[in-house]
Amino acid sequence: MSTLTLRRRPLVLRRLPGLQGLGGFLLRRMVSAVATLLAITVIVYAVFYIVPGNVAQITCGERCSPAQVHQVAAQLHLDDPVYQRYWDFLRGIVAGRSFSTGTSIEHCAAPCLGLSYRSDQQVTELITAKLPVTGSLALGSLVIYLLLGVGTGLLAAWRRGRVSERLLTGLTLAGTATPVFVIGLLLMIVVCGQLQWLPFPQYVPLTEDPEQWAWNLLLPWTSLALIEAAKYARVTRAAILETLAEDHVRTFRAYGLSERSVLGRHALRGALAPVIALAANDFGSMFGGAVLTETLFGLPGIGQALVSAVNVADLPVVVGMVLVTGFFVVLANLVADVLYAVADRRVVLV
Amino acid sequence: MSEALLPTGPVADELQPLPASGGRQFLRRLRSQPATLVAAGIVVLLIVVALAAPLLTALEGQDPTTYHPHLVDSARGGVPVGPLGGISAEHWLGVEPQTGRDLFARLVYGARVSLGVAFAATFVQLVIGLAVGLGAGLGSGWLDQILSRITDIIIALPLMIMALAVLAIVPPSFPRPVLVAVIIGLIAWGSTAKIVRAHTITLKQLDHVAAARLSGWNTWHIARRELLPALAAPVITYGALLIPLNITVEAALSFLGVGVKPPTPSWGQMITSANVWYQAAPQYLLFPAGALFVTVLSMTVFGDGIRTALDPRAASRLRIGTGRRREAKA
Repeated sequence: MSTLTLRRRPLVLRRLPGLQGLGGFLLRRMVSAVATLLAITVIVYAVFYIVPGNVAQITCGERCSPAQVHQVAAQLHLDDPVYQRYWDFLRGIVAGRSFSTGTSIEHCAAPCLGLSYRSDQQVTELITAKLPVTGSLALGSLVIYLLLGVGTGLLAAWRRGRVSERLLTGLTLAGTATPVFVIGLLLMIVVCGQLQWLPFPQYVPLTEDPEQWAWNLLLPWTSLALIEAAKYARVTRAAILETLAEDHVRTFRAYGLSERSVLGRHALRGALAPVIALAANDFGSMFGGAVLTETLFGLPGIGQALVSAVNVADLPVVVGMVLVTGFFVVLANLVADVLYAVADRRVVLV
Repeated sequence: MSEALLPTGPVADELQPLPASGGRQFLRRLRSQPATLVAAGIVVLLIVVALAAPLLTALEGQDPTTYHPHLVDSARGGVPVGPLGGISAEHWLGVEPQTGRDLFARLVYGARVSLGVAFAATFVQLVIGLAVGLGAGLGSGWLDQILSRITDIIIALPLMIMALAVLAIVPPSFPRPVLVAVIIGLIAWGSTAKIVRAHTITLKQLDHVAAARLSGWNTWHIARRELLPALAAPVITYGALLIPLNITVEAALSFLGVGVKPPTPSWGQMITSANVWYQAAPQYLLFPAGALFVTVLSMTVFGDGIRTALDPRAASRLRIGTGRRREAKA
């Protein structure tokens, strides 16, 4: 559905001389990535400035007196004009900044995303602490849904026009129609509650006990992967069928290549580009977007931290997480473009 | 130039293919897809149920907010009294654990929220997407550049996270369902704008649009009279596919507790609160989850079907491989 949105033209520098080849391409993409991230910060700041709601009151609590609210607002610099706050935020990312937390002064080093309104903890520390959990979830499910999704799509394309294809297509359609929190909840009830095959998920760090880490994450991985795989199966099947209709495939057939070779070696290659582009976007956005899975299974990752930050209007944490998510999306798209060029030599890097 | 020889202005309008025959063809193609017809039936039924929610609950003699403490067993923590979660002639789908509120009433009122928010959000997305996409497609170089860059950035925004963040800080006095719809619409119009822009650029080069331009109509008139009718088909198709997505987003936001607030019933919210009751009252979880599943599935199948009926070439392109046996013989 959203494959159309995945490949973006580079923003600037397209016609500058001397920027040909991979190096120039990377440079141009990097500039455009930074511009995108900057724009995201502007939007996020503008949104929080425009949207009605008294952040100081929410931070202080329902019962705070106007004087206390005023004090909180002053301490959090909420009374400063919005451009001033934005400028301080940007300067913090580049050069770091210092905060007075009432009694002491805390220094926040270079890529500084500010301090949490609630805990006075640095947002960067908060995010790095959660990153392993979200990373484990994203990586593990990526492996499962790529294998399952591309495999199912290939199978559906191979059995095209038969009953088994219709069955697979129906299954993938049902998969795309199920929200992850429904399938995850049902799986958890059946597998952990009724059958007791797996423990109710509880995050164990990989460095502590790799076996328990995988065992506990198996269910979250599977739930997320089942939903995602359905999407990949649809994309793979469509791309393979499109490739099969192309002239060069007819030529291969005319040469007498076996169906297996045509499908596995040549048609599958046509599916690589959309699958890589989709995977990059999904993998990147999962660093902030696995909110539902993390909340459902109680995994203490970025998504869960975001939900709790959002519920108490902890703006620096929210802004930081939106930015970090955007960063991963942009980075993953960059990696995808390079991979894509390696996989398909027809691609010209512009 | 051959375009100059074409009839100009209002006459050109009459030369366009009659919408009636296009419509008839569309209906014929739609009829040849049984799955789409079944899905369409379910979609219509769901809309009727959502619209007639007060009527249906009046027929049942219940409402979604009244507590029935005598129908739950407080000694067992609030499990509904009676078999199958208290299903009876008075309570068609049983009652909610702990509160004893009528499940059928909450489910049909939940359909109202679910469909209402999704349709409204889709409407906002399509209006903004059309305006921005048309502007970018028709506008001069710099206008196109600016609008396209803004669109790219909007697409890069993480929808769930932005919606979560905004919803949490808006004061609760705002009418919640309207707010959820507007926020989804305002954050997620990027892909619509992209599609509209692409179609506009293709359409701009067609003869009848060029004729209108040469006959001196201004851009606004061309957009309204020549482009909008031609854009209707792709935009409606895309909208039909956006609705199930928006239903899922609304349910997810309510599941996370920032969407529609209690006591307004919503499927996502019901799934969250049913989470802890699955052993004692599994139907409490299964009804809203099933309703969500059926709704999203039928809307998706319906949207796919409309797309196939409007653009049979795209669909047949995907089926070219079906004649495998024939090809093998050839």
